[in-house]
Amino acid sequence: MTTWHEYLLEKGEPPSWPYPVRYGAEQEISCDVLVVGGGIAGCWAAISAARNGATVALVEKGDTIRSGAGGPGCDHYCDIPTNPLSKVDPDEWAREMYKPYSNVIGTQIQCREGWDTLLEYEQMGGKIRDDKDEYVGVEGRDEKTKMMASPRQNKDHSRNTVLRVWGSTFKPALKKECKRLGVKIFDRVMVTSLLNEGGIPGGRVVGATGVNNRTGEFLIFKAKATILATAGNYSLYLLNTELAGYNTFRSRTQTGDGIAMAWRAGAELTMMETTSPMGLSTGFKHTWYAGAGDASYENVQLVDSNGRVLPIPTQGWKDGSMPGDDRHMRPLIREKVLRGEYELPFFGDFPAMPAIESRATWQMMLREESTSRIIVDTYSAAGFDPTKHQLISYLLLEGESPPQWRTPGRCGLLIDWNLKTSLEGLFAAGEQLFSARDHSFCAATGRYAGRKAAAYIKQVAEPVISRDQVDREKERVYAPVKRTGGLEWKELHAGIARAMQFFASEYLTDRLLAIGLDTLQEIEEEYAPRLFALDPHKLMRCLEDLNLLTHGQILMQAARARKASSKLLNFYRIDYPEIDPVEWQKFLVIKQQDGRAEVSLLPLDYAGDPVAQYEAHNKDYTGVYQGR
Amino acid sequence: MMGKNFAIPNIISPNTPVIFDPDHCVGCNTCVEVCQIDVFVPHPEKGKPPIILHPDECWYCGCCVNDCPNPGAIKFNWPLQQRGYWKDKETGKIIRFK
Repeated sequence: MTTWHEYLLEKGEPPSWPYPVRYGAEQEISCDVLVVGGGIAGCWAAISAARNGATVALVEKGDTIRSGAGGPGCDHYCDIPTNPLSKVDPDEWAREMYKPYSNVIGTQIQCREGWDTLLEYEQMGGKIRDDKDEYVGVEGRDEKTKMMASPRQNKDHSRNTVLRVWGSTFKPALKKECKRLGVKIFDRVMVTSLLNEGGIPGGRVVGATGVNNRTGEFLIFKAKATILATAGNYSLYLLNTELAGYNTFRSRTQTGDGIAMAWRAGAELTMMETTSPMGLSTGFKHTWYAGAGDASYENVQLVDSNGRVLPIPTQGWKDGSMPGDDRHMRPLIREKVLRGEYELPFFGDFPAMPAIESRATWQMMLREESTSRIIVDTYSAAGFDPTKHQLISYLLLEGESPPQWRTPGRCGLLIDWNLKTSLEGLFAAGEQLFSARDHSFCAATGRYAGRKAAAYIKQVAEPVISRDQVDREKERVYAPVKRTGGLEWKELHAGIARAMQFFASEYLTDRLLAIGLDTLQEIEEEYAPRLFALDPHKLMRCLEDLNLLTHGQILMQAARARKASSKLLNFYRIDYPEIDPVEWQKFLVIKQQDGRAEVSLLPLDYAGDPVAQYEAHNKDYTGVYQGR
Repeated sequence: MMGKNFAIPNIISPNTPVIFDPDHCVGCNTCVEVCQIDVFVPHPEKGKPPIILHPDECWYCGCCVNDCPNPGAIKFNWPLQQRGYWKDKETGKIIRFK
């Protein structure tokens, strides 16, 4: 038997909790550098800090072996213009990527160091070349290096800034390297709070607390420097209670923990007011890559039921398009469908591609991309053959996602050229940076933050933890396990998500945001104290809910404080309709001080000249790792 | 116990993201460890396939199947609502994932 109810029926009782439960028991860990989050950025930060001489503890909610958005894989390694196939200058490429509100610092790091990072992946055992000659003849493949340039942003082969890689090999390689370097890994531990010196928010960060989500044990980490490398938040606006893990683009674990704990510690956050609709893979819709518009994601042309080519650009060499480039075409296509010019359903026309290209797309790119290996393998086993079969597209059939399904994807901590935050002792990397980008961005910034944190610890005094703060946090953390009835985590999560959908989505006004904030305050005061958890796993989910709640409150306060609309931010206030007035073309920075939100504005060019600043801060950068 | 009539709440569904084959699964619990959200817990009896405890939290990443060291021990099971379609280009026949 494999399901819970089968076990119950066979044994006559439910299974016991399989791990020893030790609520309240403490474990204390002392290290130079603490890394919170064991995804791509976190593992890189840990490796880099350890290689630079620091003792490192790495804490991860899941298991570092496959956790995080980049755990299952990565097919495109983007924006690494110092790779040998590249035809562009890294600083020029970075400049081309800068848009208002982008993360200039992170992007400059990615462009300068991304290729070095990828080479280090290869040193660890990651596969970045077609060394077995499986894809000879695929466009973009370089015979000398056996690397494969991607067509992304690369029509006419004029750039070669993106490489195709075998990213399913990456995460196990990172964990292995962490172990080799003596990084102490704490898997299945959710970090619940950052600790400030003296227990006062705004003070130097001297460590963190965590709770083991299998045993309930409490962990106290003391560190000279802490790197926040947790994931973005993909659950704030959406919860399908029976597809709780599959109702968003990312895994269930990505719940804005980093944002919430940074807020409580008094760190400056920015871009908190921005959100964007979540179109892909909500679980309410089709499985990603089972077709749909995303079949063109990997250079497959979409055709209608009669083989007519649809005017949707591919990301292949022919069109060099990017995801989302087709959005403006959809109303036109719909009109033509209603007039009978195109016939539904649509298909991704794999057989029309040269055999070697369709094999590279299906067998390599889709198999290496995050969660699509299992799609390729199960569909192949069920008989799908890309030389004969067209994969269905659900374009129009499943409709558009409502604008209320959103993600606060661009928010993060404000950082300087050391990736240090506004708090002493606290660094950030990967998706904890505002306007974060992709796998390559997370890896490069993680690696950079680890290096900078390792340098920082040489200048600072021994950290001292406030026992009072630890005790207060223990009270907060264990409150749900003291109850056996009340509100289950899913109901609270769904309640928060509904408030976000109603009051901080498509329509933004001061009145709506005020109602939203009142609603969240009521949830905090009346409903959150009723949360109950029957085991350590559900305790983790309860604590995630409380982070979602905090994140929602910050978001609404920030949205209320930006009294202007912005095309650049996709942020539209009905009561402040003026678009991008000059005085509001600034980062809105928000932090908690004395229990209240404090808002300030920061010029968009606060990072200064990226090339000069990067060079001034990295005179000692030694390039690709040479050590053992 | 099979005959006993328990009062059981509605079962979370879909509830079988994977199907274990007890003849191939040796209960090594690799899948329990690679799952980042603890969909599974180890079976109380050593050597038996894990128990699917949190099917509602599965994000269908497939790592449990991809990383299983015993081929055939664990099979991915798409929920009915997530099964795709394709078309044989030559014959025009629509095929549904089974």
